[in-house]
Amino acid sequence: MDNSDLLAKILECVEFGKVNKDAPFPPNMKGQDGADELTKLALERGIKPSEILNDALIKAMEIVGQKFSDKKIFVPQMLISAKAMNASMAHLKPYFQSGEVKRKGKFIIGTVAGDLHDIGKNLVAMIVEGAGWEVIDLGVDVNSQKFIQSIKENNSEAVGLSALLTTTMQNMKSIAQEIKAQCPSVKLIIGGAPVTEQFKIEIGADGYARDPQGAVSYLNSLVA
Amino acid sequence: MNTIANQIAQGRILVSDGAWGTFLQQKGLGAGQCPELWNLERPGEVLEIAQSYILAGADMIETNSFGGNSFKLASYGLSDKVYEINKAASQISRRAAGADRYVLGSMGPTGKIIMTGEVTYESLFEAFRQQAVALQDGGADALVIETMSDIDEAKAAISAAADGTKCEIICTMTFEKTDEHAYHTMMGVTPAQMTEELVCSGAAVIGANCGNGIRDMIGIVKEIRSVNKTIPVLIHANAGAPVYRDGQTVFPESAEQMAEFIGELIDAGANIIGGCCGTTPEHIKRIAEIVKSRNIT
Ligand code: B12
Ligand SMILES: [Zn+2]
Repeated sequence: MDNSDLLAKILECVEFGKVNKDAPFPPNMKGQDGADELTKLALERGIKPSEILNDALIKAMEIVGQKFSDKKIFVPQMLISAKAMNASMAHLKPYFQSGEVKRKGKFIIGTVAGDLHDIGKNLVAMIVEGAGWEVIDLGVDVNSQKFIQSIKENNSEAVGLSALLTTTMQNMKSIAQEIKAQCPSVKLIIGGAPVTEQFKIEIGADGYARDPQGAVSYLNSLVA
Repeated sequence: MNTIANQIAQGRILVSDGAWGTFLQQKGLGAGQCPELWNLERPGEVLEIAQSYILAGADMIETNSFGGNSFKLASYGLSDKVYEINKAASQISRRAAGADRYVLGSMGPTGKIIMTGEVTYESLFEAFRQQAVALQDGGADALVIETMSDIDEAKAAISAAADGTKCEIICTMTFEKTDEHAYHTMMGVTPAQMTEELVCSGAAVIGANCGNGIRDMIGIVKEIRSVNKTIPVLIHANAGAPVYRDGQTVFPESAEQMAEFIGELIDAGANIIGGCCGTTPEHIKRIAEIVKSRNIT
C-alpha cells in the first residue's frame, strides 16, 4: 500500500465508521485495520498530520455530511463515522497542540438554556471538527454567561447556538442579544429543527444553517 | 374485557385519544417543568384531560407518563419517584375510563442512545420494566411504547413490558418523510423494517405517532401493510407539522382538516386512530364520528 492508498483507506474507514481492528462495524470490513491503526501507521511512515487531516478526515466527513443532508444515511451512521474520526484525531491532537498543524479557527457550540436536546448539536460539532476547526462544546442547557465567558477565554471566531424547542428559541434570542452586546466581533450562527432563516434575521444572528454541512460552508466562508 | 387485538380481529375500528403534552401546556405546564409530576401534584387537571377524551368518544385513554422512565425523571431529580408517578398516572386514567374502556400506559423514549455507549440495552430494559410494572399496578390494560426512533430501544421496551407485565403491548415509532415515497425514523428505521422487527419482538399492535401530520400517515400505513396484512395498526398523527408564530408553537390542522383523511387512513389499513401533538377533544370527536359510521356499515 503506498501513501495515497493509505490515505484513501483512512478516508474509507471514517466514511463507513471502521473505528479499529476489533470493531464489528461495518461487517464487510471485519478484522481489517481501522482508522486508529491506519492513522498510527501513516504517521510512522512520515505522512504529514496535515495531509491526514485534509486528504482523509476532512474529505471523509464532507462525504458523510453530504450523505446525511441527502438523507442517504441517518444518525447512527453519522455517530459511528464520528467515532472513527475521533479515533484518528486522537493521534493527530499532539500536532495540533504543538501548532505544527494549523486549524481554521475556534468554534464554540452549545444548546441554549432550558434545552436538553443534543443529538443535532453533537453532529454539528463533529462535522465542524472534521472540517478542520477546533471545536469547544459547552454541552446542553448553556446560559449566556457561559457562552460569553468561553468566547472571551478562547478568543473564538464563531459561536453556534442550538435550540430544538420553540420555547427555548426565546432563550436563544436573549442569549444571542447578550453575546452580540458583549462580544460584537464574534460571528453567531444558529440552528435546530424549529429555527429558520427568518428567525436569524429577527434575532440579529449572522448565520443560519439547517444541517452540519451548511454550518461548515458558513464557517469556511468566514476564513476563506 | 376483550383484548384490543381481539376487537380488531372482529373487524372493529377503535378510537384512541389526542395530545397530552400540548394540553398540559395549555393548562399551565411551564417550560422546564416535569409533566408527569402533575400526577402527584395536580391530579385533578390530569383527570380532566383524560375525561375530555373519553367524552369525545375515545375507546381508550393514555396515561400521563410519556417521560416517566427513570432516565427522564432523573433530569428533574425525580428518579426515585418512578413507581409512584407511573402508578398514579394509571389510576387517574382508570378513573376516567371506567371499567369498559381501555387504559394505555404511555412509555416514551429515554433520550439515551445505545450505540454511542452512553447506555446499555440492559439498563434500558431495567428502566422500562420498572415503569411498565408501575403502570400495570395502577390499572393499565395495555402499554403503548411510543415516539420511538431506535429499533433497539423499542425492542428493549417491548421485551421489558412482556417480562414484567401481562399487559397487551402496543409500539409506535415516529417517521419523517425522507423522499417522495420513503419514510424513516431519525435513526433510519423504515415502516417495513419496524413491522418485521417489532412483530417478532412480541408487540400485539404496532404503528406510528407524532411526525408531520395525517397525510404522511397514509403512506406509512400502506408500507406497513405491504409487509404485514394482519397486525393491528394504531395511528396517532399530529395536527399537522408544528409552525412557529409570534412566539407560539401552533399545530395548524383543524379537526375538520384532519377528518378529511380519516377514511383514506382506514382504507389504507389503520385499525386504531387517535391523535398526537396539537390534537384536541374536538379532533377526537370528529374521528369518533367517522369511525362510528364505518363500524356500522
Ligand atoms: C430525541 C428527542 C428528544 C430526546 C433528546 C435526547 C437528546 N440527547 O438530545 C428527549 C427524549 C430527551 C426529548 C425531550 C423533550 N422533547 Co424532544 N424530541 C426529540 C426528537 C424526537 C428528535 C430530535 C433530534 O435529535 N433530531 C435529530 C437531529 C439530528 O436533528 P436536529 O436536532 O434538528 O439537528 C439538526 C439540525 O437542526 C441542525 N442543527 C442542530 N443544532 C444546530 C446548531 C447550529 C449552530 C447549526 C448551524 C445547526 C444545527 O443540524 C442537525 C443535523 O442535521 C424531536 C422530534 C424530531 N423529529 O425532531 C423531539 C422534539 C424536538 N421534542 C419535543 C419536546 C416537546 C420535548 C419535551 C418538552 C418533551 C417532554 N414533555 O418531556 C422534552 C424537553 C426536554 C428539554 N428540556 O429539552 C418537541 C418540540 C416541540 C416544539 N416545537 O417545541 C419535538 C419536536 C417533538 C414533537 N413533535 O413534539 N426529546
Ligand atoms: Zn406528537
